[in-house]
Amino acid sequence: MAIGVPLAVREELATRPGRDTLFTVAVRWLLIAVSLVFLAGLLLAPLATVFATAFSHGLRAYLNAVMDPDTRSAIRLTLVSAAVVVPVNTLFGLAASWCIAKFEFRGKSFFLTLIDLPLAVSPVISGMLMVLLFGLQGWFGHWLQDHNISIIFALPGIIIAEMFVTFPYVARELIPLMQQLGNDEEEAAITMGAGAWMTFFRVTLPKVRWGLIYGVILCNARTMGEFGAVSVVSGHIRGLTITMPLHIEILYEQYDFVGAFAVASLLTLLAVLTLIIKTLVERTGYKRR
Amino acid sequence: MPAQRFHQPSVLPGFGLTFGFTTFFLSALVLLPLAALALMAGSMHWADFVRVVLSPRALGSYRLSFGASSLAASINLVFGFVIAWTLVRYEFPGHKAVDALIDMPFALPTAVSGIALTSVFAANGWIGRYFALLGVQVAYTWIGVTVALTLIGMPFMVRTLQPAIAEVQRDLEDAAETLGAGRLYVFRHIVLPTVLPAMLTGFTLAFARAVGEYGSVIFIAGNLPMKTEITPLLIVIHLQEFDYSGAAALGSVMLVISFVVLLTINLIHSWGRRRLVATAH
Repeated sequence: MAIGVPLAVREELATRPGRDTLFTVAVRWLLIAVSLVFLAGLLLAPLATVFATAFSHGLRAYLNAVMDPDTRSAIRLTLVSAAVVVPVNTLFGLAASWCIAKFEFRGKSFFLTLIDLPLAVSPVISGMLMVLLFGLQGWFGHWLQDHNISIIFALPGIIIAEMFVTFPYVARELIPLMQQLGNDEEEAAITMGAGAWMTFFRVTLPKVRWGLIYGVILCNARTMGEFGAVSVVSGHIRGLTITMPLHIEILYEQYDFVGAFAVASLLTLLAVLTLIIKTLVERTGYKRR
Repeated sequence: MPAQRFHQPSVLPGFGLTFGFTTFFLSALVLLPLAALALMAGSMHWADFVRVVLSPRALGSYRLSFGASSLAASINLVFGFVIAWTLVRYEFPGHKAVDALIDMPFALPTAVSGIALTSVFAANGWIGRYFALLGVQVAYTWIGVTVALTLIGMPFMVRTLQPAIAEVQRDLEDAAETLGAGRLYVFRHIVLPTVLPAMLTGFTLAFARAVGEYGSVIFIAGNLPMKTEITPLLIVIHLQEFDYSGAAALGSVMLVISFVVLLTINLIHSWGRRRLVATAH
């Protein structure tokens, strides 16, 4: 990725005398080798081991692990919670970025700090915050119990915890993009008589669509993969409150390595897909930062 | 209209709607829980608070969490710089794939990286067996914790350093070298000052992320009290015992310590910028 340096300049720099001495060539290959070895050990080896272990007992064992009823219910729960969390967080991301990028108002940096907070806080603390609110000894604990509503150790708690952890992703992607693109076209549309929604759907949305797509994809990957916060609020009730990452933990602790890595391989594929979409989005000309 | 007092007038519509929705969402999801935490920790008796927060087990967990996190961020400072430098300056086969791969720890669920790292670095794992030959046990020790925290901090360092390294003016490097400066001199006096703020930022981000990390650590850590138990795990243990106030006390200590660390590094940061401006004049 040639950040900021045009190709012509880079070619000119590369042909300057003294660029390709024995020493610089040696340093270059040494640094490339160090980088590749470091990344191979820390990134590639774990990725490869996921698939190697998942398929270590053959394709049939892998398929059996994926088709296991507990695994299927974990997949279903993960999809259901993501189907609630991702649209809500996308809506928040659009509203927050419109409000923050298009207008000047007092308290904007306070908003930005609150949006950054879940990224800085431990997922365990995020889950704990929800327990302190909705748990039995929490603020709303007695009221919820009296009305027979269960949030903690149930699906709503998982959804709220995931929402807390992943709501920044769409907003963080859209705010800098909208700020960078400016308001000129929207102002022109409004002055020429377009309605608010028309301006949003016909002018703003097309401008930011690649950033929006990447934000939503990343939010989805983080939601489906969230472990710490969900682990705190879930209560680990088999078949009811076990998402895919929690199911991986349970299988792993039962020494069912093929099962654990088979479920892990599904989430790994999701992560790889997320990165591929990110790379494609960047190639369309939209660059992060 | 009272709204005009705090927001500048604009021809664009939708301020009231989006401001209202954002405020409602952030209040319900962030401010309300934070208030609950503050009240829960605040309502504890001071003696109880101290007993939980300064118990030997808690102190042992801080030592591991903050020690391993700063070690991991330091490792990333070195290798993250080498990787970012390699990606910005050099062309090699597979360059694009390696660049895309850097973001993998962002997208990969922490539980997945946790079990994968554990099996790679276990005594019979692909890499762990070579460490075992040297008599070093990686998995289930503080070394394993550091490895996991290095992995999850790496993208923060590389992605912060890449644009900064691209900013380094190669004309200056070339000029210095024609004037007889050695390569080490060029690195220390031209490259390093330009990228130092980014290095500090990357270190802070990697450190802050590592301190709170849970999923990728608990599998590779032995989770023995006092030895290989991280602070987030101790919080989870308190919650599992329904000791909400103990968990809230530890949680608020973690929040305060991370906040102080971030503040300190921001101060160093602004001091560095001032010094840079001062030497430039």
